[in-house]
Amino acid sequence: MSKCYKNFPRRLVAALLVMGVTISIAQAGDRAEKFSGENRGKPVQPAQINAKFQQECSTCHIAYSPGLLPATSWRKVMSGLDKHFGSDASLTDQENKEITTFLVNNASNRWSASTAPLRITETAWFKHKHDSHEIPQAIWKNPKVKSPANCAACHQQADRGDFSERNIKIPK
Amino acid sequence: MFREFNVTLVLALVAVAGLISGPAFAQTPEEALASIQSDAAKATSGFKGFSAARGESFFKTRHGNEWSCASCHTENPATPGKHAKTGKVIQPFAPSANAERFTDPGKVAKWFKRNCNDVLDRVCTPQEKGDVLTYLLTVKK
Ligand code: HEC
Ligand code: HEC
Ligand code: HEC
Repeated sequence: MSKCYKNFPRRLVAALLVMGVTISIAQAGDRAEKFSGENRGKPVQPAQINAKFQQECSTCHIAYSPGLLPATSWRKVMSGLDKHFGSDASLTDQENKEITTFLVNNASNRWSASTAPLRITETAWFKHKHDSHEIPQAIWKNPKVKSPANCAACHQQADRGDFSERNIKIPK
Repeated sequence: MFREFNVTLVLALVAVAGLISGPAFAQTPEEALASIQSDAAKATSGFKGFSAARGESFFKTRHGNEWSCASCHTENPATPGKHAKTGKVIQPFAPSANAERFTDPGKVAKWFKRNCNDVLDRVCTPQEKGDVLTYLLTVKK
């Protein structure tokens, strides 16, 4: 009895260790499995939006939520703005620095892959959520959609980072 | 009496705040044109002033690339345009239809650089910019 009692703390520690390790393995596994590690962050749009980002990145399309891509992707996007998807979107160095900091600080916190695509629409999470099971192929050819990057064609609150199902309306 | 004083004070503060928060170097489109004109006089040998007709044709013609200025700012710059690639709505380009146009020198310089690069693969000359703005100032709402 007294022997058992003596060992109890050591056993408890061992048990807790095993539990802890198991939980972190499970979590890592979960993270690695989901979209091969190419997962968007949550919440996608931070509560504090940088005003410069909002102003400069919403002129040609909606201001994409920083949580939709990992930090490395944002660094790449921001270092090539003079040749930005066939368009010159260059900024002053000062503006570029401020916006890059904001994007990197609010990038996806659930991205574990080493990949860094330039496009949101090329990420595994995007492809999975928008595959042919979810959306009939013909919809992408609708001139009102124009491009998969045109999130707001279907997600009515896309500019606020809200992609929830109740705010989706597929154009007819 | 105190209350009246307070109201006046609040109004004054609001007015001052409004002035401070406005664009840093506001200008009128005519002042923007004057500043382009002084650049053009320096850069163009035998500078003979701007032409609305030349500006209109520059605006509506493609210059070797996929887009003209009108591809996004439309053939009638008094009406809303649409980004040729993304489809996003662009507010009217003519100052008669959009009071904010050509009032912020930083914005004007930034977009001339970007859009000329897209349309012509180079910066626009002061002559070209002045011709376009002269044309835009003739467009009625
Ligand atoms: C001068 C216009 C312009 C500006 C300004 C601009 N972009 Fe873009 N952007 C584009 C175009 C054009 C595309 C391609 C759209 C398409 O393929 O439908 C694009 C696409 C993107 C994409 C990829 C979307 C996808 O998943 O396919 C990202 C990310 C992006 N922009 C980020 C930014 C950021 C960040 C800023 C602000 C620093 C910015 N953009 C400012 C024109 C612009
Ligand atoms: C043609 C319409 C369409 C376009 C364009 C579109 N989406 Fe979607 N999106 C949908 C539909 C429909 C769903 C719901 C899929 C489902 O039922 O899970 C969805 C789901 C999502 C989800 C998952 C929501 C959740 O609750 O799990 C996110 C995030 C999302 N989209 C982001 C985007 C972003 C970012 C863009 C632009 C880069 C975009 N979408 C462009 C139609 C579209
Ligand atoms: C691919 C689309 C596109 C093309 C082509 C284009 N623009 Fe623009 N332009 C824009 C967008 C987007 C803005 C910024 C949004 C806004 O101000 O409403 C803009 C803004 C401007 C501004 C800022 C005006 C102000 O004070 O608000 C100027 C100047 C300008 N464009 C000149 C031109 C000229 C000159 C051409 C042709 C050489 C041209 N643009 C072609 C998309 C385009």
